[in-house]
Amino acid sequence: MEITMEYYLVISTIMFFAGIYGFITRRNLLAVLISIELILNSVDINFVAFNRFLYPDQMEGFFFTLFAIGISACETAVAIAIIINIYRNIRNIQVKNLNKLKD
Amino acid sequence: MNFLSLFVLIPVLMLGALLISSNIKQIRTICATGASLLLLLAITLTSLYLGERSLGNTADMLFKASSTWYAPLHIHYSVGVDGISVAMLLLSSIIVFTGIFTSWKIELLPKEYFIWFCLLSIGVFGFFISTDLFTMFMFYEIALIPMYLLIGVWGTGKKEYAAMKLTLMLMGGSALLLVGILGIYFNAGGSSMNILEIAQQYIPVEMQRWFFPLTFIGFGVLGALFPFHTWSPDGHASAPTAVSMLHAGVLMKLGGYGCFRVAIYLMPEAAHELAWIFILLTGISVVYGAYSAIVQTDLKYINAYSSVSHCGLVLFAILMLNQTAMTGAVMQMLSHGLMTALFFALIGMIYGRTHTRDIREMGGLMKIIPFLGVCYVIAGLASLGLPGLSGFVAEMTIFVGSFQHADLFHRVMTIIACTSIVITAVYILRVVGKLLYGKVVNEHHFQLTDAVWYERFAVIVLIIAIAGIGLAPLWLSDMIRDSFSGLMTALIK
Amino acid sequence: MEYTILILLLPMLTFVGLGLFGMKLRPNTASYIGSLSLAITTLLAYTTAGFYFTMPRIDGIFARQLPVHFEWLHFTETLHIDLGILLDPISVMMLVVITTVSLMVHIYSLGYMKGERGFQRYYAFLSLFTFSMLGLVVAPNIFQMYIFWELVGVSSYLLIGFYYTKPAAIAASKKAFIVTRFADLGFLLGILLLSYFTQTFDFEALTSGNSAIFAGAAGVTFLGGSVISWALVLIFIGGAGKSAMFPLHIWLPDAMEGPTPVSALIHAATMVVAGVYLVARLFPVYVSAAPDVLIGIGYVGAFTSLYAAVVACVQTDIKRVLAFSTISQIGFMMVALGVSGMGGHQGLGYMASMFHLFTHAMFKALLFLCAGAIIHTIGSNEMSHMGGLRKYMPYTHITFLIACLAISGIPPFSGFFSKDEILTAAFEFHPNFGILMSFIAGLTAFYMFRLYYNIFWGTPATHEHTPHEAPKSMTIPLMILAGITVLAGFIPFGHFVSSDGLVYNIHLNWGVATASIVIALIAIGVAAFFYKSRCDIPDRLMHMYPQFHKAAYHRFYIDEFYLFITKRIIFNCVSRPIAWFDRHIIDGALNGMAYVSQRISYAIRGFQSGQIQQYAFVFLLGTLLIVLLVVLI
Repeated sequence: MEITMEYYLVISTIMFFAGIYGFITRRNLLAVLISIELILNSVDINFVAFNRFLYPDQMEGFFFTLFAIGISACETAVAIAIIINIYRNIRNIQVKNLNKLKD
Repeated sequence: MNFLSLFVLIPVLMLGALLISSNIKQIRTICATGASLLLLLAITLTSLYLGERSLGNTADMLFKASSTWYAPLHIHYSVGVDGISVAMLLLSSIIVFTGIFTSWKIELLPKEYFIWFCLLSIGVFGFFISTDLFTMFMFYEIALIPMYLLIGVWGTGKKEYAAMKLTLMLMGGSALLLVGILGIYFNAGGSSMNILEIAQQYIPVEMQRWFFPLTFIGFGVLGALFPFHTWSPDGHASAPTAVSMLHAGVLMKLGGYGCFRVAIYLMPEAAHELAWIFILLTGISVVYGAYSAIVQTDLKYINAYSSVSHCGLVLFAILMLNQTAMTGAVMQMLSHGLMTALFFALIGMIYGRTHTRDIREMGGLMKIIPFLGVCYVIAGLASLGLPGLSGFVAEMTIFVGSFQHADLFHRVMTIIACTSIVITAVYILRVVGKLLYGKVVNEHHFQLTDAVWYERFAVIVLIIAIAGIGLAPLWLSDMIRDSFSGLMTALIK
Repeated sequence: MEYTILILLLPMLTFVGLGLFGMKLRPNTASYIGSLSLAITTLLAYTTAGFYFTMPRIDGIFARQLPVHFEWLHFTETLHIDLGILLDPISVMMLVVITTVSLMVHIYSLGYMKGERGFQRYYAFLSLFTFSMLGLVVAPNIFQMYIFWELVGVSSYLLIGFYYTKPAAIAASKKAFIVTRFADLGFLLGILLLSYFTQTFDFEALTSGNSAIFAGAAGVTFLGGSVISWALVLIFIGGAGKSAMFPLHIWLPDAMEGPTPVSALIHAATMVVAGVYLVARLFPVYVSAAPDVLIGIGYVGAFTSLYAAVVACVQTDIKRVLAFSTISQIGFMMVALGVSGMGGHQGLGYMASMFHLFTHAMFKALLFLCAGAIIHTIGSNEMSHMGGLRKYMPYTHITFLIACLAISGIPPFSGFFSKDEILTAAFEFHPNFGILMSFIAGLTAFYMFRLYYNIFWGTPATHEHTPHEAPKSMTIPLMILAGITVLAGFIPFGHFVSSDGLVYNIHLNWGVATASIVIALIAIGVAAFFYKSRCDIPDRLMHMYPQFHKAAYHRFYIDEFYLFITKRIIFNCVSRPIAWFDRHIIDGALNGMAYVSQRISYAIRGFQSGQIQQYAFVFLLGTLLIVLLVVLI
């Protein structure tokens, strides 16, 4: 059985929508963050897959993926820092409690 | 650099100096010097202009200069003056000058107050010297914004409401105006923002029909065009004295000036076609404002409605589209500017003493503060068109000019507008009678003191200007009339 | 005669000087400056008149002269306001009248107004008025006339309201200004209409008899009348306002609230005849272009005259009697103009009108000044507070009597001659008209002598302190004016002023004259019988016709009618609704707009919940929708 591009795309789509679902439904900030990571990684898979199958002689997709992984690491670090700070301040990390800036 | 730019530069320098000034003495020195320089500059400009004209220079605009600002959209900083702008600059400088003196003793945040005041002046002067649509619009906006803060912070009464209302309505007007200006720009070929160059282009009539009303109403809001005038009573009533002066005296003139410089000059065909609608509206303004003024009890409201009536007359005369009436319109702008500034200055001074503006709570002030009383009577007489003061000259030029139209509609409207002179007499004499004559109503008023030097100075300058125009109007009227020749050829073409 | 400019400049400079620096001067200094400057002006006016009327006539008429003339304001190529001085017989005559009366009033006021607060201001205003009035009569074009017309209106306003702490005076000054202003609107519209069709303001061009000037108006009609007629009607409305013709007369009786010398100057001798002067100025135009209007003016004059005479018979305030008498006499002048034609004997009315204007100015000023002297010593205007004054005030008594005889038309006093000419002209127009005017002349004699007997004879009222004769500064002007009144009738007036400028020799029509003398004598007799000593006939008459008396006393409720119109209709039914409309409908619409946007904002701000997950959900749905749309299309 040959593994074609569609396999990768199906996987990444499932990951993407799982991420979206998690992002929308989860109430815990950490879970939301994990969902965002899922979305990002699904995109990364897409990049790699497209690069591999459509433009095998070019490397932009790989580079971009590596770049995105780097960025998402930073982003996660910042996000977790924020979340920890929020936790210190209001003693929980539920999304619905974060309304201090609203009014 | 062109010396006209000094009109903008001086207030900018004042602004800079104010930012680094530290005490009230410095602030006053800066303001008085700057305003005097502006006044001198305006007088110099007038004499230079008249000199140039008498030498036979018949160009549309004199002292022109232009430098590119943003090339892709053909935006230039271009300046130039004709007789009308000279008259307006003279008016603005007098009002700014006297405005500074009437706010001599301002207590709340004087530095900030004068900074905004300077910004306002930048907008006003810049507007009158510009010949580029975009810069003109920009200066127009610069003049509007400080008004919000000046009224909102330094005002009295329902100041936040009034400031908000005024700004929103005028901004609404500028929105229309922006559409109108862009419409003009693109339909005139999109090759220039310069008014003089656009005037040479032909804008298709079907497009003019769209953009003329937009532009006219856009400027008309500021010129208190019925039914977009209601910002005026509230705004004037709440504004501090000098701001009322500047607003009614100069800012409302921006509207009238823009109406013919942009709307009529650039779109003459549509002006001919659609003038009748606006003549009806302005005719209503004239009579309606006067009738409304009869029953008001707040001095500033009376004056604000009277401004609606008088500024209505300005727009009315502009729409008559003939040289005499339009000359009258500019003279009326000048006259109304000076006269209403005088009124607001006096009302401010009276309010500062009695702490009320309700005419039912005052009376017999002539005996206690004779100087202010006499000046108030003079302002009133100017307002009701006494010969020898500026109002008469302007009104008569308008009436005679408007009546030269061959068709019945214009003449009937003129007759209707004429009736305002009687109603004006009614409300002016009512106020004078209640406020100044009769018995003193309030015991505390016996302790009032008459005007002090800076108040006297401001008032006297205004009165001299009013009487000067009223006694020797010929040079002014000729200066303005000649400047309309170009517009007239555009209108006839 | 360039020096004539000084006649205008002197009073103006006096006004400016006294207005600016008056308060720095001592009251007396200010008054002397004012009087001196006016004395010089008077001298100049007399010199001008002397030179003018001794100049050789050209084609039998005194030539028009335009010693000063310059452009003041430019409207169009053809229309421009020029300022200048026009000398012709009527303007020179008016110069003399105005300066004479004004000088008398200036001198008189030295005594009358002594010690009043605002003495300097008073003299400043008097100068302003004199300046404006002189400017009015020498106007070479209709617009200059309008300019000075407004200025006299204002000076009248300022002088009526001189006692500005007195509510009645403020109300009266306001009323005077607004009523005349309303009439001036007519004047202005008339000028606009006339100038539109003739393209000129100039009197010379208008009255030259050149019909080409009215060619522009040919065939243009409005409601059945030619536009020129309408223009002339409107201009007459202006004149009627100033000259207190019915129904615009209501301001004049109230104007008596001003100081009495002012009433003498402005509201008896000079300003109120401005309307007559205006019609006389435009007389050739009226005759040639709108004879019907001219006759209409005659009718208005006659009705006003009758009305005012009837009202004067029952007034008790002496100044009001004189005011109504003024209205009535101006009515006579208007009648004379109305019935007049052009040239020769046809133009008798014109001459008579001007003659009466001249004599009336003198004797009416005299009457007012006498009244002033009486009020000065009694301290009241009411007839009932007077009586038997002849013993205390001999000079005032004699001069008042002379003036009364003059106004009643008893020879050889001046009023007889001028009034007789008017009656003759009226009889020649139509006998009924003449009879009506003779009847009014009789009424005049009656109410004047009612006044005379009530003041100087009758039951002496009790006074707090004994009345005394006025000071010299007041009696001397009285005597001078009385002298003029005695002599002025013998001036061969027709030699100087006539409708076509040619010499017109006055012939007394003895039929008319005898009749009018007899009527006057009868009227005086009745007045003497009623009022010289206690007599209950007037009271009985009053009780016999109480309604009529009450109506006449209240001036037939014309004032109430006006008050109704202004207070109830204009103020309450026009202005208030408009102000309400402005605040609630127009402003309400704007506030409504603002309110609606605010409500909408409140309504939709729920969308911006701040819940990022909700946003993401909506975002997702939106994306899916767009994808779906793209796929489907």
